[in-house]
Amino acid sequence: MLLLYRSATSLSTIDMEEKRTIEEAKQSSSKKREVVIHIKGLKKSFGQKEVLKDINLDVHKGENVVVLGRSGTGKSVTIECIVGMLLPDEGEVTVFGDEVAAMNERQLKELRTRIGFLFQSGALYDSMTVRENLEFPLTRVLKMNDQAEIDRRIEEVLDGVDLIDAIDKMPSELSGGMRKRLGLARTLIVKPEIMLYDEPTTGLDPITSREISHLILKMQKKYKTTSIIITHDMECAEVTADRVVVMNDGEYVAEGSFDDIKKSKDEFVRSFF
Amino acid sequence: MAEQALPGWKKLLEESGDQVIFLKGFFRNTLRKGFEWSGFVHQCYETGYKSFTLVSITAFIMGLVLALQLRPTLVSFGAESMLPRTLAISIIREIGPVITALICAGRIASGIGAELGSMKVTEQIDAMDVSGANPMQYLVVTRILATTCMVPLLTLLGDVIGLIGGFLAINISTKVSLALYFNKCVDSINFSDLLPAFIKTIFFGFVIGFIGCYKGYNSNKGTESVGLSANSAVVAASLWIFVIDAIVVQISNIIIYH
Repeated sequence: MLLLYRSATSLSTIDMEEKRTIEEAKQSSSKKREVVIHIKGLKKSFGQKEVLKDINLDVHKGENVVVLGRSGTGKSVTIECIVGMLLPDEGEVTVFGDEVAAMNERQLKELRTRIGFLFQSGALYDSMTVRENLEFPLTRVLKMNDQAEIDRRIEEVLDGVDLIDAIDKMPSELSGGMRKRLGLARTLIVKPEIMLYDEPTTGLDPITSREISHLILKMQKKYKTTSIIITHDMECAEVTADRVVVMNDGEYVAEGSFDDIKKSKDEFVRSFF
Repeated sequence: MAEQALPGWKKLLEESGDQVIFLKGFFRNTLRKGFEWSGFVHQCYETGYKSFTLVSITAFIMGLVLALQLRPTLVSFGAESMLPRTLAISIIREIGPVITALICAGRIASGIGAELGSMKVTEQIDAMDVSGANPMQYLVVTRILATTCMVPLLTLLGDVIGLIGGFLAINISTKVSLALYFNKCVDSINFSDLLPAFIKTIFFGFVIGFIGCYKGYNSNKGTESVGLSANSAVVAASLWIFVIDAIVVQISNIIIYH
């Protein structure tokens, strides 16, 4: 009796544990599948030139999506539509469930505090020192007043990108790689939920490019961001991508993991490798 | 001909519309919470203090030359004693404000146009905008308010230095004490001379800052556009100075002398 009772109890415990595991897996799967950026039928033209023809993309929470494509195919235009720098001609761009084009100025500003945008050039404020560059978003965007907390966050983020020794230098005194790292630090200091990288390794030597790619991955893990990375750099794509989409002539022509894309038989996709 | 002129007019109307929107943005952001005091003080230093030497030298030479040119004419009419009065009125009412404003248009409007233009080209303004910061409040409001405050002050200083230049020119041929000279100058000026002159310098300062910021903030992407922004800022600001001068003089004549 006792044995039967014990086995029945242990079975029910196993059932419970199994149930919990399945529930957790489901929860984590549903968490994983939470769409933070939803783009549907996006079209954008400049004069007669149709840059985006029909873009459809869902980016899930915590995911790194790499967008590959030739220059001038509208990759940057897509991410500019995500932050509301450009308005789509047709289609919808939804971020955190809200349509960007329908937002008023205040809502757009709030959204932008949750998104980090790393420009190709770094877009560092060249009249300010490294410290002032990092202070700017804290005091102007997050409206922080506590100088001790500001200093702590600056040191933390500079430590992360290994630039602590350059804290009082001007951007003009930094190398290309250092400027990229500082740009990344300035974007990450406000702890954004989404990161948009516009060609983060362009113009850098292969070693520095590799460093930046690994830094992007390291920072993504540390700050748990969702990212869209626009690049031509295949090594950067290989290091950072959970998923790769290939863009040609204003449309996405291929999508999959880096290995899937690498095995693609499409001539245009193969031309990247 | 009319068809050919149409795109130019269309462009002009479009730009006027953009300027009105920009002006609206300036006023809205000026009244918004979180005024950038440190940025404003820094811009006052950049536009005011750093223009002081140039304005002083120009004003001094202007007063000196004006006195040297006027003297023979007044002597021929036997009205040499009118020289301090003529100098004071011409410098304070017209030459001082306009010359100072033109110097500032050349130095400040072009500087602001080039600085903001290069910030636009290097995506610094976009970076501020996209981060959720307010570039209008940080870059534009501080600069326009700084020039609006500093140009009247520079004009006052320029007027005084111009009169000192005039005194030195008079002293070359005639012995006049500084106290007597300034007494004659001050006696000849009344409130109706000072007020319109001061009011127009406020408008001059505003237009210098506004045009510089507008041209720089809206420059196209490309290094060529930085030079173009600086150049067009000087041209447009100088033109506006003359237009404002004509309007203020006309209005003050109607109000004061009729």
